[in-house]
Amino acid sequence: MNHQEPDLQVSLGALKLKNPVVTASGTFGYGHEYAELVDPNLLGGIVVKGLSLKPRPGNSPPRIVETPAGMLNAIGLENIGVEAFLEEKLPWLKTLDTAVIVNIYGHTTEEYGAVATQLKGAEGVAALEINVSCPNVKKGGMAFGTDPAASAEVTEAVLKKTDKPVIVKLTPNVTDICAVARAVEQAGAHGLSLINTLTGMAIDIETRRPRLGNISGGLSGPAIRPVALYMVYRVVRAVKIPVMGVGGIMDARDALEFLIAGAGAVQVGTASFVNPRASLDIIEGIRQYCIEHDIERIENLIGTLCERP
Amino acid sequence: MAVFEHKVKVLRNEEVAPNTFLMELESPSIAFAAKPGQFVMLRVSGGIDPLLRRPFSICNTMNGNILLLYRMVGRGTRIMAETTVGTELWVLGPLGKGFEPPEAREDCLLVGGGMGIAPLVFLARSLEGRSVSFMAGYGTVAEIISPEQLGMQGIEIAVATEDGSAGYHGLVSGLLEKALGKKGKKIVYSCGPAPMLKRVASLCFEKQVDCQVSLETAMACGLGACRGCAFPAAAGSGRSFYHVCQDGPVFSAITIDWENV
Repeated sequence: MNHQEPDLQVSLGALKLKNPVVTASGTFGYGHEYAELVDPNLLGGIVVKGLSLKPRPGNSPPRIVETPAGMLNAIGLENIGVEAFLEEKLPWLKTLDTAVIVNIYGHTTEEYGAVATQLKGAEGVAALEINVSCPNVKKGGMAFGTDPAASAEVTEAVLKKTDKPVIVKLTPNVTDICAVARAVEQAGAHGLSLINTLTGMAIDIETRRPRLGNISGGLSGPAIRPVALYMVYRVVRAVKIPVMGVGGIMDARDALEFLIAGAGAVQVGTASFVNPRASLDIIEGIRQYCIEHDIERIENLIGTLCERP
Repeated sequence: MAVFEHKVKVLRNEEVAPNTFLMELESPSIAFAAKPGQFVMLRVSGGIDPLLRRPFSICNTMNGNILLLYRMVGRGTRIMAETTVGTELWVLGPLGKGFEPPEAREDCLLVGGGMGIAPLVFLARSLEGRSVSFMAGYGTVAEIISPEQLGMQGIEIAVATEDGSAGYHGLVSGLLEKALGKKGKKIVYSCGPAPMLKRVASLCFEKQVDCQVSLETAMACGLGACRGCAFPAAAGSGRSFYHVCQDGPVFSAITIDWENV
């Protein structure tokens, strides 16, 4: 058996990652929240909490509720705003030896562009991830992401204002995710990440009230993983740009499914709540898998699905 | 502040009152680092359902162990109640900001409702040598937990029961009202259900007595990352919400917007 150290580096177009495991937006704060428990330098990347032009207080509580093998959240994109991010968070983030991906959000196409403008040239930002898929805000977010033309328009607006690779995060709450994927690819996106949460709700039968202040929320966690995996499978066959797989990945076996389906990298989200070190455990598990299966480079595994069961 | 995340052994898990359990976990690092009012996030099983960790106030620490007091109310706590001694569980902590110590010569009034006595037990121990009045509210006599069971020595707890089956007949806020009428500078520390805390906060506000409350919400991460545990902030605090895990769980009662709790 060959015990040569596997090469875990992946390239998603211009975005180079030291390994294919990235923490998902909204689940890892601005990175420092976990720093005592997780050495961020070991991660492939960090996608920071979605930033808007101005700070947002978020939705009225309750904001989260547990559901079978998952959770619903309706945080409402609470964030400190792009300006405070640049002043307070980025100076620390840029000292890290990991790819910092900044998730951005706007109410209007212009606002997405304005956030991108603020981040233009920012040292230490490896890429932008456009959130056109948040289900928990009244304007923007998913309102764009469910419409291929609007998604393309936002993508173009951001591309005009940035010098960074642009990833578009897609919503699963559509009839055909491939149509949106193709539209943003044509608009010039460098990559995609999918899926964001699935819209859902929960009711307290004693009070007969919704369990979330926002009534509906976004479902995440292992409950959505098979849905996410199939959407990734379909989208990688519909576009040529690289795809990051997201959705309920809890361990290395889950992550490997997405890589085999064709995702160039994975994002770990809700798992970090359950196990703060989930992302690091997944990196180690992928490494072990490569050793056991004589895979010299992780990129040799990506998209190697045998189409016949 | 050091935070630890490790798998620890259950040393004790016993029913101390109907549906109410005390779990003792072997965690010297958390036990020695913990301050009264802080909490831990406990993963009740190794599986993915239930998925999230549960937050619990640290009820007491002893000999490098931590005590958690809980009521069996849902799936997670049912699994906990069925956990046998020797089982290893993942625990994360100590988390959050604890109680601020009293000023010199302040009488400390500790007011707990139901499981809300948990953080106050740990607090009472840290107030040794101070003037402490501990009041606890229960529904009925059978629910009463003796201080000795929680590792408390030499502190008496004045009990209120809603049905009058033991101690003061009525809500624990009634006991507090009486105590607030006495002379001397006071500080109130309280934890319990939201309606009780609301009442306690309003009594303290009327009497111009400082009051610190320990709040409870659903949480996902416990670390300030998910922004899930929002709690409405009072007007003038310069913000809409606090986050219980990061800004609390202990807050000065006047900073909370009780109308919207």
